[in-house]
Amino acid sequence: MARVFLPQQLHRLTGGAAQLDVVVDDYRGLMADLDRRFPGFRHAIEQDFALVIDGDIINDPLLEAIPADSEIHFLHRLGGG
Amino acid sequence: MSEAISEAGAFRQIGTRPIRPDGLDKVTGRANFGADFSLPGMLHGRFLRSPHAHARIRSIDITAALAVPGVKAIVTGKDFPDVAPGDIEGGEGGGDYHDMAVNVMARDKVLYHGHAVAAVAATSTRAAEEAVRLIEVEYEPLPVLLDIDSAMAPDAPLLHDHLYTEGLPEKPARPSNVAQVMESTRGDIEAGFAEADVIIERTYLTPTVHQGYIEPHACLARWGQDEQSTVWCSTQGSFDVRSMTARVLDMSISRLKVIPTEIGGGFGGKTTVYLEPVAILLSRKSGRPVKLVMTREEVFRASGPASASKIKLKIGAKKDGRLTAMSAWLAYEAGAFKGSPMVPGVMCVFAPYDVPAFKAVGYDVLVNKPKVAAYRAPGAPQALFATESAMDELARVLNMDPIELRLKNAVRDGSQASYGPKFNAIGMEACLQAAREHPNYKRPLGPNQGRGVAVGFWFNVGMQSSAEIHINEDGTATVIEGNPDIGGSRASMALMAAEELGIPYQDVRVLVADTEAAGFTNVTGGSRVTFATGMAVIEAARDIISQLKARAAALWNVDVEMVDWVDGKVVARPGVNVEADPLTLADIAGQAAKTGGPLLGRASLNARGAGPSFSVNLCDVEVDPDTGKVDVISYTAIQDAGKAIHPSYVEGQMQGGAVQGIGWALNEEYIFSAEGIMENAGFLDYRIPVASDLPMIDTQIIEIANPGHPYGVRGVGETPIVAPLAAVANAVNAATGLQMTELPMSPPRILAALEAAKG
Amino acid sequence: MKQQVSSTVNGEPVEFLCAADETLLEVLRDRLSLTGTKEGCGTGDCGACSVLLDDRLVCSCLVFAAELEGRSVTTVEGIATPQALHPVQQKLLEHAALQCGICTPGVVVAAKALIDANPEPTEEETRYWLAGNLCRCTGYDKIIRAVMDAAAEMRGATS
Repeated sequence: MARVFLPQQLHRLTGGAAQLDVVVDDYRGLMADLDRRFPGFRHAIEQDFALVIDGDIINDPLLEAIPADSEIHFLHRLGGG
Repeated sequence: MSEAISEAGAFRQIGTRPIRPDGLDKVTGRANFGADFSLPGMLHGRFLRSPHAHARIRSIDITAALAVPGVKAIVTGKDFPDVAPGDIEGGEGGGDYHDMAVNVMARDKVLYHGHAVAAVAATSTRAAEEAVRLIEVEYEPLPVLLDIDSAMAPDAPLLHDHLYTEGLPEKPARPSNVAQVMESTRGDIEAGFAEADVIIERTYLTPTVHQGYIEPHACLARWGQDEQSTVWCSTQGSFDVRSMTARVLDMSISRLKVIPTEIGGGFGGKTTVYLEPVAILLSRKSGRPVKLVMTREEVFRASGPASASKIKLKIGAKKDGRLTAMSAWLAYEAGAFKGSPMVPGVMCVFAPYDVPAFKAVGYDVLVNKPKVAAYRAPGAPQALFATESAMDELARVLNMDPIELRLKNAVRDGSQASYGPKFNAIGMEACLQAAREHPNYKRPLGPNQGRGVAVGFWFNVGMQSSAEIHINEDGTATVIEGNPDIGGSRASMALMAAEELGIPYQDVRVLVADTEAAGFTNVTGGSRVTFATGMAVIEAARDIISQLKARAAALWNVDVEMVDWVDGKVVARPGVNVEADPLTLADIAGQAAKTGGPLLGRASLNARGAGPSFSVNLCDVEVDPDTGKVDVISYTAIQDAGKAIHPSYVEGQMQGGAVQGIGWALNEEYIFSAEGIMENAGFLDYRIPVASDLPMIDTQIIEIANPGHPYGVRGVGETPIVAPLAAVANAVNAATGLQMTELPMSPPRILAALEAAKG
Repeated sequence: MKQQVSSTVNGEPVEFLCAADETLLEVLRDRLSLTGTKEGCGTGDCGACSVLLDDRLVCSCLVFAAELEGRSVTTVEGIATPQALHPVQQKLLEHAALQCGICTPGVVVAAKALIDANPEPTEEETRYWLAGNLCRCTGYDKIIRAVMDAAAEMRGATS
């Protein structure tokens, strides 16, 4: 079971839910699960957010496994100077 | 902690300080920068730029200009295709392709003084300039917005009629100059402030500043009748120039080859396009190669400076210094199009501290100034100027040592970062402890002198990189990569390749290749090159090593499982019946033809594992009470580099960033007239620090290995500019007893504050 | 109306035609293909176009090319010998005193002029002499150290 922290900018989609636990194998499973719960979530994430698995930031996720007991965040994609 | 070592074993070359491979070219004048390329039949281009900060373009008449002898082509907004909106990849939430196209050449409106309105290509610069003077444009001036407050006012005139604020719970009914709102909260902020014994609350202001790279933007473009175009240009990202230019001109990427020249500084400012699409259009229209070079004045007026900001900050703490709550209202100027670094500003404003409750709300605000571009840790210097100034004031109110206060609240491994994930293997505490022990923290101070401390932070990014390594017949190597070398990265790449391959540094040459010769590679920025492209170079070298093992096994006629790569050589495993000495890269390269042909290693990746970099800066100043002039008399930059591949260039990043930050703190600002015209568009009046302004910049590199990189590297390029703004301000405050909250702390501003304090 | 100018550039006799308002910088870069001399501002503020005019340090963007008649110019391309770098160039490399390298040609020329005029410059003298050479990358620390080191080495070599 992974703990997912939902980005504050998308709380309008999650009805205010800030975190939840999911049982998924990978990023695709995670997105399918979250988009089923919160329609439009996948689209919003793919536009602006990077995936973070246990602190490791992945700008363009797709194939990543979601380990059990991992902590999942979504961060605005960053660039830099 | 992971062991950061090379395949060759303990580091033998990493951490040494060899001369950079491109060094000779750069001290003898051989290196070719953006403006140094010419082609037969080449034309010279000049721009007509808007004399208004905001106006509707009624008409443009180029008849007289076209009649100037030598003029071969003129383009205006009408010559450019319409470009659909779409987020620009690889930025920091920082822009839109439609806006970029309109920024390159104005269409129906000009949105800042200096906005390009037309461009001329002629056989000489003088003919082009004369033609520019003869272009007749009829403008309808519009109201000008030059600051956050007036742009955010409810009845403010609009820059764009169809811009609606994003990030609100519902789409607003009316358009606005606020492009985006973002909120980030944790915990019970009201309870946190209620629990506080001390509350500090201030508003901090920073001005529009410029990256100030010494080389103006420059490019040379050649269009051919086969529709293939070639561009030579000074850029931080040749692949970004390719995708952006293709998008602005609605052309296929395969039609465009971008050749990066040497680059004379960028600091984030050369991550977008201003000239390239215009040069290609002029070349297409004239049938001749066209060179466009900005003047320094154009660089100031029409490239992308860094955001001015207004930040209202409130922090609460117990008497023992423990933070209970922090809140911030952050507004960043985007310039004429959306996309200030507000998002990273909101994400990093509290990043150094472990605070139970916080709330940050950010606003991306449009004004009639040039569209901002990235500038080294975009958004962070402004945000942490506020936070670190307030922390210093808190230390003074509590009569605590400023480093102790920060140590008490510092994030450490396992802390939940204010922007989300848990920190792992970070160097904030180590930097603070090093600062506390540093001799410069104990140096006695004289009259009118003061000491300031501040913390810096940047996330760092990975992104996509490619690298190839070609092994020559004699066992020397060529690394091919796609990141323009802006600060010695060829040396770092060569060191990493040499380390892996077990060959001398001098035997590795590094080629920064063009978009048709290098694999796709994201921009030189985000402190990512040594980290991510370095990772690609290491992986490419390990690709070679696996081939070397296979070839040695073939030469020895044993199974590949029977050999190892040890200390830069292939050796047979103990007990394997081989009567042969270990084989070096050179031994195997010499027999490559017999064992399968040339040795070529490659890697491409989307780098994960970027680790944030923290810093602590110490600054001593002396303030002249009669003139208000501030002299920096001692400066110390301490930063976690993870692992310094070439320590001299790491120190160089720390020193250069510190001095840019000192300039931001003390001198630098865009000064605008009421009409929105920048009044100091030159290095005489926009005064960046010069050698005689400064002391030596002491550095201390901390190495807390980043577990996400094979050698422990974390990016170092951006963090150095973050701490200085507050470090200098805190030193000025300590020297004077003032509480400066507005930058720059120029002599008139200091004098006025001193006068006001006298009452 | 163009003028014919005869001068010496990096020790070689040179003749060129130029307009009356052409700068020395333009002639060096565009007519003589000596692109080592850089333009950072065109207003004499940044020092990237520093050259020696009869051994005097000048910003070539502020000198009219026609003034070259009968005079001699040394650019960054004329500082090293065919066999070896000038000590200033060598020390800039050893100290990693350049990052992007755009200011480096001007720094090389200005530092050579400093050491020629003052073989034992103090840190303060070095900083004030180079105050006209803007560098945005390095914060000047390594440049100042390199130039003083070069001066020390040249003193050692000549004593």
